[in-house]
Amino acid sequence: MKKRNVISKRVRDISPSGIRRFFDILASLEGVISLGVGEPDFVTPWHIRESGIYSLEQGYTSYTSNYGLLELREEIARYLNGRYGLVYDPQKEILITVGVSEGLDLAMRAVIDPGDEVIGHQPSYVSYMPCAMLAGGRFVPVPTYVENEFKVSADDIEKRVTPRTKALMLGYPSNPTGGVMDRAGLKKVADVAQRHDLIVISDEVYERLVYGVEHTCFASLPGMQERTIHLGGFSKAYAMTGWRIGYAAAREAIIEAMMKIHQYTILCAPIMAQKAAIEALRGGEPQVEEMVAEYDQRRRVMVEGFNSIGLACFEPRGAFYAFPSIKGTGLSSEDFAERLLLEGHVAVVPGDAFGECGEGYVRCCYATSMEEIEEALERMGRFVRSHRT
Amino acid sequence: MNEIFQILEEDARKSPQRIATMTGIPLAKVKAAIKQAERDHTIIKYKAIVNWDRLGEGQVVALVEVRLVPQRDVGFDAIAERIYRFPEARSVYLMSGTYDLAVLVAGKTMQEVASFVTQKLAPLEGVQGTVTHFLLKRYKEDGEVLEGEERLKRVPIMP
Repeated sequence: MKKRNVISKRVRDISPSGIRRFFDILASLEGVISLGVGEPDFVTPWHIRESGIYSLEQGYTSYTSNYGLLELREEIARYLNGRYGLVYDPQKEILITVGVSEGLDLAMRAVIDPGDEVIGHQPSYVSYMPCAMLAGGRFVPVPTYVENEFKVSADDIEKRVTPRTKALMLGYPSNPTGGVMDRAGLKKVADVAQRHDLIVISDEVYERLVYGVEHTCFASLPGMQERTIHLGGFSKAYAMTGWRIGYAAAREAIIEAMMKIHQYTILCAPIMAQKAAIEALRGGEPQVEEMVAEYDQRRRVMVEGFNSIGLACFEPRGAFYAFPSIKGTGLSSEDFAERLLLEGHVAVVPGDAFGECGEGYVRCCYATSMEEIEEALERMGRFVRSHRT
Repeated sequence: MNEIFQILEEDARKSPQRIATMTGIPLAKVKAAIKQAERDHTIIKYKAIVNWDRLGEGQVVALVEVRLVPQRDVGFDAIAERIYRFPEARSVYLMSGTYDLAVLVAGKTMQEVASFVTQKLAPLEGVQGTVTHFLLKRYKEDGEVLEGEERLKRVPIMP
């Protein structure tokens, strides 16, 4: 083992996460307010937890079908039909996954051959590029801009299409920007997908967290269900991140291919999480609405707060992130985040962690109590004043 | 507009300015709505939920079931009013079921509560009988868990 590389080239090619080192700094400090989180600050609603506990008491501790419990797949089919008018066969077109993360990996591996290209907008969730690469593909980023509220332009996508382009990766509402796509914009993207015969992997884990706008499900656009792998989850809407439960919905051939990988690598999602997810879909709606209303209030406070301390922030309409510009401080995103943590005791995520074009921004999560948001804004205000160039 | 009152019900100390930001309703409108609500008793009063046990001044509270004889024309309202005028009666509700009024009675000692029930409440004309249940422990008050509220255990930085 001396001369050769222990680690595969595939893995070596993936650059290490830029935010790891913040863990160490954080661990050495006390009284830090973290806006660096990526999950709700609510605990899973009690009735959902209770049904998970009950399932354990009832002895549901075994494997399920590789596809997941049929009862859950039926609930998901009903949900997608009721909400977006989509028709999926719960027997063959829905796969229960260990969070959207697994769904993303399965989707990439199911459709990408070595050398295939995946076009994806940035700044975007950190897993898109590595998952494409691990599948042997090449990720081709399309920058998005604050002037356009970080919506991806269909023209910009089309310019990057080559004969090797196989798939298009979408992640709206967006982590990290909070941007959403409107129906008209998505339709243009759909036209591009149609023209160039692309598979569309649509990560819609934040679909329920939109404010004053309607979420358009990509698969529901005319002709798109055939070519879309819809990824949905329970983590964000129902505050179930730790349960690790999500799903993929697509046409039978694709789901079967994804299931093939899933059965050899994961086997099935944990049964109690599946049981809890059934309860979430059946009875969780009031809690979702309550949480969304609360996020909406915090969103307004955070965005107004940033703008008033001189960090220009566009109004995000989805997810639970604000993505203010820190360009006025003259610092890079990384320096800003590091110094803010050391001097101001507020943790944020540097924007370049989500792609090069995220430089000049930081991601701030407002799934944090109002008191903490207010205090963080005050600390950041002091920090910004002391660094004004 | 109801959003304004939901916010105040949760935290009465939120400023009109903050509420305006949270809701997107203009500040002047928020202020006017609160003024109006205070005037017409939509907002009855602002107060704190105090955990007196922590101050070593726990109160004795009893839930008293009261059975009444209804009166012609006024039903239970007249006798209910006679009861709720006593400051010792902290909350008074008309109930369905095996008794008519639920009265929450608070006092410094069990003696104090007992003497109110036996000397003031039970002898009232129209009161047929009472059953007194002393409160032993408060777990949750007005939607707030008093001790041991669960804490989130989140990873502080996550992409």
